[in-house]
Amino acid sequence: MSSSMVKITIDGKEHECDSSLTVLQACEEVGIEIPRFCYHDRLSIAGNCRMCLVDVSPGPAKPQASCALPIASGMNITTASPSVRKARKGVMEFLLINHPLDCPICDQGGECDLQDLALSYGFDRGRFIENKRAVSEKYMGPLIKTIMTRCIHCTRCVRFANEVAGIDSIGMVGRGESVEITSLEKTIDSELSGNVIDLCPVGALTSKPYAYRARSWELEKTDSIDVMDAVGSNIRVDSKNGKVMRILPRLHEDVNEEWISDKARFSCDGLACQRLDRPYVRDEKKELVAVDWQEALSRTATSILEAKNRIVGLAGDHSDLESMYALKKMLLALGIDGFDTRQGGACYDPGFRHGYLFNTGIGNVSRADALLIVGCNPREDAPVVNARIRQGWLQGNLRSAYGIGVACDVSYPCNWISDSSSALLEIASGKDRLGVFATLNAAERPMLLLGYDALERKDGKEIWKLCGKLAEKSGMIGEDWNGFNMLHRTASAVGACEIGFNRRENGINPLLVSMAKGEVDVAIVMGADEFDLDSLEKCFTVYIGHHGDRVAQVADVILPSAAYTEKSGMWVNLEGRVQMGFAAVAPPGEARADWRILRALSEHLNVVPSWNSLQELRVALWKEHPDLRELDGVLQADWHSLGDVVSRKEGLHATPIVSRCKNYYMSDPISRASSTMAECTRARRELREKDKAA
Amino acid sequence: MSVSKNTTREDFAFRGGFAERAKKELAKYPASRKQSAVLALLDLAQRQNKLTNCVTDNAMSSIASMLGMSVLRLEEVASFYTMINRKSVGKYHVQCCMTTPCMLCGSDDLLPFIEKHLGIVCGESTSDGLFTLSRVECLGACANAPVVQINDDFHEDVTPERMGEILRKLKPSKKNVAKVSPATRGAKL
Amino acid sequence: MLEDKDKIFTNLDGRAAVDLASSKDRGIWHQTSRLVKRGRDSIVEEIKESGLRGRGGAGFPTGLKWSFMPRSSSLPCYLVVNADESEPGTCKDRDMIRFEPHRLLEGCLLSAVGIGAHCVYIYIRGEFVRESEVLQEAIDEAYGDGLLGKNAAGSGYDLELYLHRGAGAYICGEETALLESLEGKKGQPRLKPPFPAGLGLYGCPTTVNNVETIAVVPTILRRGASWFSSFGREGNRGTKVFSISGHVNKSCNVEETMSVPLKDLIEHSAGGVRGGWDNLLAVIPGGSSVPLLPRSLCETALMDYDSLQELDSGFGTGAVIVMDRSTDIIKAIARLSHFYKHESCGQCTPCREGTGWMWRVLERLAEGRGQTSEIDLLLQVSKQVEGHTICALGDAAAWPVQGLIRHFRSEIVSRIETRQEKESSSAVLAEEPA
Repeated sequence: MSSSMVKITIDGKEHECDSSLTVLQACEEVGIEIPRFCYHDRLSIAGNCRMCLVDVSPGPAKPQASCALPIASGMNITTASPSVRKARKGVMEFLLINHPLDCPICDQGGECDLQDLALSYGFDRGRFIENKRAVSEKYMGPLIKTIMTRCIHCTRCVRFANEVAGIDSIGMVGRGESVEITSLEKTIDSELSGNVIDLCPVGALTSKPYAYRARSWELEKTDSIDVMDAVGSNIRVDSKNGKVMRILPRLHEDVNEEWISDKARFSCDGLACQRLDRPYVRDEKKELVAVDWQEALSRTATSILEAKNRIVGLAGDHSDLESMYALKKMLLALGIDGFDTRQGGACYDPGFRHGYLFNTGIGNVSRADALLIVGCNPREDAPVVNARIRQGWLQGNLRSAYGIGVACDVSYPCNWISDSSSALLEIASGKDRLGVFATLNAAERPMLLLGYDALERKDGKEIWKLCGKLAEKSGMIGEDWNGFNMLHRTASAVGACEIGFNRRENGINPLLVSMAKGEVDVAIVMGADEFDLDSLEKCFTVYIGHHGDRVAQVADVILPSAAYTEKSGMWVNLEGRVQMGFAAVAPPGEARADWRILRALSEHLNVVPSWNSLQELRVALWKEHPDLRELDGVLQADWHSLGDVVSRKEGLHATPIVSRCKNYYMSDPISRASSTMAECTRARRELREKDKAA
Repeated sequence: MSVSKNTTREDFAFRGGFAERAKKELAKYPASRKQSAVLALLDLAQRQNKLTNCVTDNAMSSIASMLGMSVLRLEEVASFYTMINRKSVGKYHVQCCMTTPCMLCGSDDLLPFIEKHLGIVCGESTSDGLFTLSRVECLGACANAPVVQINDDFHEDVTPERMGEILRKLKPSKKNVAKVSPATRGAKL
Repeated sequence: MLEDKDKIFTNLDGRAAVDLASSKDRGIWHQTSRLVKRGRDSIVEEIKESGLRGRGGAGFPTGLKWSFMPRSSSLPCYLVVNADESEPGTCKDRDMIRFEPHRLLEGCLLSAVGIGAHCVYIYIRGEFVRESEVLQEAIDEAYGDGLLGKNAAGSGYDLELYLHRGAGAYICGEETALLESLEGKKGQPRLKPPFPAGLGLYGCPTTVNNVETIAVVPTILRRGASWFSSFGREGNRGTKVFSISGHVNKSCNVEETMSVPLKDLIEHSAGGVRGGWDNLLAVIPGGSSVPLLPRSLCETALMDYDSLQELDSGFGTGAVIVMDRSTDIIKAIARLSHFYKHESCGQCTPCREGTGWMWRVLERLAEGRGQTSEIDLLLQVSKQVEGHTICALGDAAAWPVQGLIRHFRSEIVSRIETRQEKESSSAVLAEEPA
């Protein structure tokens, strides 16, 4: 992009600005805020609200919409003259004449752009004495509540759906004063739909689950990190009276921009249901009975100390660094080395840091010009990252995308070649019929996404190595570009690899096999609910977790712990970015943060750790892993070969790659307990059935 | 504006001469710009629908897939243009221009006359499904005001007397009335 | 008065046949290839010199507009003819299309050469079904005769020309809305810049011209810029087709010189005001979008851009709407407000909300329902719309209202007062004991 600096004058002061800016952006840059409703940094320019009018000379003798006007050398911009104010006041009056005066019952109240700007640009009384317009509500699914009379037709939602989410299902029908935003009474079919609620500058689109639950000024706001996928989206947890009311995105340009997935935003009602709020042990009658911590811990310790065979430790999808570190330390002190988080059996060797990272970096995704997806659906596995891929396509960077695995709609054109891993072998050979290799090889910034559908197979490790080979061969690994990316599904995976919690090159499968065979006496399961429960049948199961989900049903001891919103912790996202979240609310009842539970249990096991507080634990962790000390930092990994590939076809299995994620909305204990997510599941099923019928 | 429910049981397809005309219209635009033919196809679809003279939901989905548009994008277009009917319209769509030049030349008397003659108010259809009466804006024949458009034809310099004659000519003898589908009876625009 | 020999549109009254042979008899398509072979620069220069200004309402110099088209473009260039004639009072393009279709087509070829386009779309308003049939037939004839298509008219220039029908939306007469519509979308005007000459139809360089603008091009090229510019005043050159409607004895489309006195136009070309000149109340001189002129100003007004602008009105499309003393002037303007409310695309705030507001207030004021203070409110609302919208429809909706208040405020006041008096007297009557 060619850009140069130009001199412009804003409100009498001369500034030098980048010539690619619009007048509004230039004003913003020099610290002058221009009121706006339709303009949004991350959406195309609509120029329809007319609130951002400024005087510009030279030019027509009428105010110009600053959002749509590129700056030019010598431009003289006036943002606060009486004529500009008058023009904006006029626009504000027009916006208000048909806007209901229902702020007292509007969920947007207190955080409403229209309300805020009306304070500066509104009249003190209405002059419109005609009948106001009323607009019928529209159905947009279980997440978005519509009060369409409040709509000011800024079309942010339409543009978001079109541009970011890549769905054609929000539009503006009709014309003139009877235009209406609608989705044709269909559920918005996107994993990012909740973002339109944040985008809506008024109370036309609000959160359905959050409706009438709290006023914005009553909420306590806590910064945290989302754990529903491996992206590490920055979130803000809003709570009231010790309860999580809602979750909103926090801006992070290099991670989630200002979007979050629907699961991140809306599964929070699951935090209040099915909670384990006190310890339990299973009695002689095989029934769980509530006990105090002392008894639960001593019962656990006894079973561990008495174990004759192996003991294993499994950590779950949401586990924070500190918990995993504490668990690992405790088990190692006991001489136990069987622990992992890869519940689905993903096979890759965590000894290769570049082999498990998303090396490209989320911020660079939209720069890729060619893409090969192997065994994942990025739209569901990492909706926010997928939106970046789409952005790259919209910008014209991404010219070709191919997929191996279960064909799915990723919101940009993608050629799903095959669901067989042998197709990958063919491409890696450099002579595939479709010319995928040639395309990747010719691309300047080719990118590969390797997902769990391909890794959670018996030949997962072969596929992993093959992908590494392909990356090397097709020029994905360069000086300033690394296109090899593992698309993790879980928030704990990369952190577990970084601290050596995941360290077996064949993944978790050998552990599960020996458990099923009865070679394991005790399984310590920390928040892991996604693996095959049959493997627990023959072991004494200690469940450290927060939801009465799958494992709690079969556990012999339950040690209630804190969910992600209830603890301070660090998570490492798929790029290897260390981020910290804080406790928004206290865990319910007698539940405690995992590190406290493990600290107490260690004492019962006579393996007292050196740390007595979370901070001391972190210091110990950082001492052992100094690279994790830098919060928000990403340490790049150097590339070297992932190992030799079994070149013959025998290394791969003929069975097609299948999708292991059956339901996007319910994939972990929290989302399974969420009635909102249940509603989404139902709505999506209905939508699919309807589509099929049509 | 709510989006209409307007379905017929049979699937939609352009037939015979309409299929040919649709093909011709599509050929006017670059291959990657098929969407340009959207107004033409919507118009053809409602012309082909002799029963209700509007674009049915089936036709909408069919045209949407022909042009590679989503149904919502197509609905946006269909709802924007006044000549695209998404609800049933009588066999004769009587459209009385009421904009100032026609008003100056007597359309304010003409519309009540037509209403009385047809026994319906503006916006309604006659119970036999023969006539739908609409008020429209400037038809662009102001030197010959007042203008009433009935289907494809402009009737210019219309007086109530002449209008009466025109309408009488369009109303067939009684034995033909029964052929009109009961589905359109009393249909409102 | 314009003599017959100087009229460009020799069949504006539709007396002669419109087929190709008859058109050729009238001089259309006569040695067109020679005009084409003059080449792009010469054509643009001639048009520039002729002083031709766009006949669609905005009056932008045509030659200058053409010169904005890129000289070398890797993308195809398009000429789009705006035949979406919908401005109330305006019906000139319709008669040109149905009575002189070949004149338009010949103009398309020559104008396309002027801007370097090899593809023309004529966007005709959907309601003109019969007119589009005539035009399509003319197109087919022209193709059949080799006047269009490869090596058009034997000139060596290739030109494809297609007719595109609209479907009922005044706003599509706005050039960028027209392009949106032509691309198969809602007719919502685009933000400018970028202008169509840079980024028009399908993202390619495009010129959009009115039917009349295009149709006069062949005659200008044949008879020369100096002939064309011999009519009208400086900056307002040429001949022009005026539509005259409303309360005149002979409403018509008539070709006259630019700068013809409004009074002459009405009195001579349109058979005079119904009931005589003294019966005149007001005239809207340039299509519904311009402020009206009361009779006093009509005496001296010349039908050109400058004269009408001096009178705080506008030339617009040159469509003259005549209203005699029987006219309910408030209702007449309220009806225009209804038109703009109905035709607003709904995209930008001032137009979407303001047009409906103005109409509702005017409807009441037409019945005397309201307060005199609302006149100023109405004026303020119109000012809040004017100049604040994406396209010119906002201005077009505001100006007639401003014209009404400027010249007929007393009429509005007296109507309100009359009603108030009537209501208070009937209230007094009601209060009296039986």
